[in-house]
Amino acid sequence: MAPVDIQIGRRPNLEGALLGDTDPATQGGYSEHPPRMGFFTDTSVCIGCKACEVACKEWNAIPEDGLVFTGMSMDNSQGLGASTWRHVAFIEQRKPIAAQDPGIRHDTDVLALAGQGSGTPPDQAAMTPTTPGADGEFRWLMASDVCKHCTHAACLDVCPTGSLFRTEFGTVVVQEDICNGCGYCIPACPYGVIDQRKGDGRAWKCTLCYDRLSVGQEPACAKSCPTNSIQFGPLDELRERADARLARLHEAGVADARLYGRDPDDGVGGDGAFFLLLDEPEVYGLPPDPVVTTRDLPSMWKHVAAAAVTLVGGALAAFAAGRRI
Amino acid sequence: MAECHPVGFQWVVEAKARGAKIIHVDPRFTRTSALADIHVPLRAGTDIAFLGGIINYVLANEKYFRDYVVAYTNAGTILTEDYRDTEDLDGVFSGLDVDERSYDFHTWQYEGMEVQAAAGHRDLEYQDKAGGKSAQGKNGKRSGAVRQSARGESHGSGGVAITGNPRVDPTLQHPRCVFQVLKRHYARYSPEMVSDICGVPVDTFLQICELLVENSGRDRTSAFVYSVGWTQHTVGVQYIRTAAILQQLLGNMGRPGGGIMALRGHASIQGSTDIPTLFNLLPGYIPMPHAHSNQDLDSFIQGESPKKSYWAEMRAYTVSLLKSWWGPAATPDNDFCFDYLPRLTGSHSTYETVMAQLAGDCKGYFLLGENPAVGSANAKMQRLGMANLEWLVVRDFSLIESATWWKDGPEIESGELKPEDIGTEVFFLPAAAHTEKDGSFTNTQRMLQWHHQAVEPAGDARSDLWFTFHLGRKIREKLAGSTDDMDRPVLDLTWDYPTKGSVAEPEAEAVLAEINGWDSEGAPLTSYEQLNEDGSTACGCWIYCGVYTNGINQAARRKPAMLQNWVANEWGWAWPANRRILYNRASADPDGKPWSERKALVWWDEDKAKWTGHDIPDFSAAKSPHYRPPTGATGAEALSGVDPFVMQADGKSWLFVPAGLTDGPLPTHYEPQESPVPNLLYRQQRNPVREITAMVHPNDRFQPSGDEPGAEVFPYVCSTYRIAEHHTAGGMTRFQPYLAELAPEFFCEVSPELAAERGLEHAGWATIITARAAIEARVMVTERITPMTVQGKRIHHVGLPYHWGHSGLATGDPANELTHLSLDPNVHIQEVKVLACDIQPGRRPRGRARDALVETYQRRAGITERTGTEV
Repeated sequence: MAPVDIQIGRRPNLEGALLGDTDPATQGGYSEHPPRMGFFTDTSVCIGCKACEVACKEWNAIPEDGLVFTGMSMDNSQGLGASTWRHVAFIEQRKPIAAQDPGIRHDTDVLALAGQGSGTPPDQAAMTPTTPGADGEFRWLMASDVCKHCTHAACLDVCPTGSLFRTEFGTVVVQEDICNGCGYCIPACPYGVIDQRKGDGRAWKCTLCYDRLSVGQEPACAKSCPTNSIQFGPLDELRERADARLARLHEAGVADARLYGRDPDDGVGGDGAFFLLLDEPEVYGLPPDPVVTTRDLPSMWKHVAAAAVTLVGGALAAFAAGRRI
Repeated sequence: MAECHPVGFQWVVEAKARGAKIIHVDPRFTRTSALADIHVPLRAGTDIAFLGGIINYVLANEKYFRDYVVAYTNAGTILTEDYRDTEDLDGVFSGLDVDERSYDFHTWQYEGMEVQAAAGHRDLEYQDKAGGKSAQGKNGKRSGAVRQSARGESHGSGGVAITGNPRVDPTLQHPRCVFQVLKRHYARYSPEMVSDICGVPVDTFLQICELLVENSGRDRTSAFVYSVGWTQHTVGVQYIRTAAILQQLLGNMGRPGGGIMALRGHASIQGSTDIPTLFNLLPGYIPMPHAHSNQDLDSFIQGESPKKSYWAEMRAYTVSLLKSWWGPAATPDNDFCFDYLPRLTGSHSTYETVMAQLAGDCKGYFLLGENPAVGSANAKMQRLGMANLEWLVVRDFSLIESATWWKDGPEIESGELKPEDIGTEVFFLPAAAHTEKDGSFTNTQRMLQWHHQAVEPAGDARSDLWFTFHLGRKIREKLAGSTDDMDRPVLDLTWDYPTKGSVAEPEAEAVLAEINGWDSEGAPLTSYEQLNEDGSTACGCWIYCGVYTNGINQAARRKPAMLQNWVANEWGWAWPANRRILYNRASADPDGKPWSERKALVWWDEDKAKWTGHDIPDFSAAKSPHYRPPTGATGAEALSGVDPFVMQADGKSWLFVPAGLTDGPLPTHYEPQESPVPNLLYRQQRNPVREITAMVHPNDRFQPSGDEPGAEVFPYVCSTYRIAEHHTAGGMTRFQPYLAELAPEFFCEVSPELAAERGLEHAGWATIITARAAIEARVMVTERITPMTVQGKRIHHVGLPYHWGHSGLATGDPANELTHLSLDPNVHIQEVKVLACDIQPGRRPRGRARDALVETYQRRAGITERTGTEV
């Protein structure tokens, strides 16, 4: 992990990084580096086995974080957090998947029971949260969420200690021995991924298994995924693969299928970890249009600088005036 | 499959990506259904009706693979005139002895021929063939002991085995030929009948029939995959048989992409039947000898071994096994130590053992990687049995419930038992995990894959191999010098495995070498065909012979798929003889040509005069398709060139089973032990010969069923099952924080309709009640459980994952408190995949009040000790 010390204290060129899909490792100051690596999570073949969650915790020695029966379908981990770096969402829906026949025949008013739909907290829902739809239609979506390793990563921008840094693989990693627990990165993340651990105070999130990458191994979650729902590799290659998979699903009549975080022109410059979803991002608890929260920083800083110049000028003028007195 | 075998499910996902249609038939919508093309929810316990309906569809619409059926199955074989079907006798077969609760199957045989069951289950006609009456009861009736010890039944009319050629009608027209009998047997399993029994809409059912038929034949094959959802029934074996009939009719056996795959409940369950942890088998499916009087090796072989097929060499397999165990002590003069083998006196299955514990007959118990206090049917009976032992040894990773019931179990909580009153001395020994030891797993494809130790076990944890070897070593040290004949079987054992490391771990590969076997020079054998009956070969398990060919661990081979053909014979090693698809002669037509190029696997090469192909032929390599056996031929020579099923006495696959099953030659729909509806097809409600009478006990009351008064007290169908988050009884998962947090509490799954009917609150609590117990669970109201219409009646399911107990990080009541001990008569498996129950909102009562609630239900349903035990 030699590259780490190169990075400490080095600030990325904000101005350059925010202009578009420039290579994040290059922007991070690496003159020579491997291709940008990432995840393509194809949720259409996820079986919700949670091997990724467990492998991640095992490899990264993340503590258990709550023995809670939530009633949210099979999801008892609830979301990404300081101690959950892979999270599998389970969504029960009254919607068909192309030609799939679910065989489900309900005839009571489950919509009344379901109350407010998929966002219903368990204690308010009279059944497993579901999405309204026609009777006889049903599907069970599963999706493994993870840090997006944004091209333009706000968490990294706001970190005052250099604990968060861009690796030579173009990923974003937080260093636990440097983090001072200031927490600036937490509201900065447009996805709500990075989180402070209770009783510890420091910020934690997926490192894309930086230690494994450095020795030529794939991340633990991808390694453990039995159905290849989590694919790891050079981002360019993954994007090609995802485009082909999407085309195939559309051909097969899965009109809902879409890629999320694949577009380099989106609000974060594209994600290093992107997804194939079978519904709107909101259904999975993902923001529909994420924007790097530090997008306006350069212009803000210009205004600040101008204001500062004005202030300093004013003060000098006042000083000069004072001396004159 | 995605729930319990997510790693294996990757191949289903891959097949789907290549265009395969995935049909999932299961009462609940699971992770498997989520990725399937079609999910068919059916009422738990009705699969024979469902599959029988497909058989009827295939026969009625002439959709079977005629050439295959005529050539390779017993479809044309003519039965005796004495056979009576369930259609004739309203749900029972000819030969039922109501008092003995067993079948005499002499009427099920082929005309003019006696047939021997293929493996293991072929003892019942022993008294006939060995020429004695030793197993006859005093009143001339056959004693039930032999049947109960899981010897399926064969037939015969006295004297030694009769060989002969059965009468066959290749036109399949003879009214007594198997094909016509089959047709009549399933004629009433119409789509409407299926719908009324299973709760599956007629359209859906017909769609499945069409999909299956379209995807079977010369160019296409379909595979069936099942798990304990099919086996854990009072008719479990017959479930699999129904699938077998269908796959034979469609020509899906012995061919690539076909078959019936059993997904096992644990790693290497296949291995633990090949080299059995079962009471009634020796390695390689050789039957365990019975305590018949004057039995010696000759009469054992005479009584057990068929004259045709590879089983005709059973003497060579048995002698080589005895040589493997007793080495130089086993000589022709002492019958190769055949007398050293233990003898069966009856059934000693796990549930009978519990009854023996309660009766005080069984005084000591080893539990190795098993948690019956949570995982076995009627968990309370399991604990009460253990509380009546002198000693109990538990080897596991964690302090599971079966090790701690005496201080914190439900009976301690309720006050029914007090620790100071329990005499059982409990030893807990920590066990090593598979990553901490060398060894092999045998999967459902009969493939052995070797695993190497990654780390030393921590602390006092040791492998089972270490435990067994050193226990034997110490016992032998204690017995050394003994002149008591009783100690000879232990003292004469070959018990000299090399050990390694600081804890003297036995070399697992040395055991594998012994299993593989060697010749008189000590050279490793390569094939079971080398085994001799004169004691010049030793082999620990004849079907595994060849796994250590040339002294190389063939199971450890890991040649990548891209470096070999698609059959991948160089990855691991599969028995027999590394053949990957069993009975693959059937992949070629009678002339030895592949049925189609697309499905070519092995074929006859006329120029070279031998079988060749992608897989290793499961057939005599030089036997021409045109070979016909001479009169009087025995063993493999007696099988013709068109007899692919080489382990069967007649070389054919059996649509109709004349020998080997205790409960009928054809699968028949019976309602489960407990059901909310009567049997629509026959007056006979339940499997008449299910094992139940030995299990009657105050703590194992059965419920009224169907239209019997009191059945309405338990109106819901209840099924126990697993989810991806935990493994079986939880010993490997509930104690692990990363796994415990994924599913931290016991929960039940109910439909919104049932929730409304009973006032169940999502994420709240419910109490589930049967005649055995009342348990509580968190409530998951989900559309994944759907109501069904059965016989015009609304049927609800209560789904119960059974992983939890009172210990560990993730806790809850065990679902198996609710289950009962009515068993399948062939293999003694418990019926835990379907029961009847009631469910009420709120938590269960504590202490004595819990039992009082159950007693209230028993009274309301009018339950006595006789309830549910009717034939």
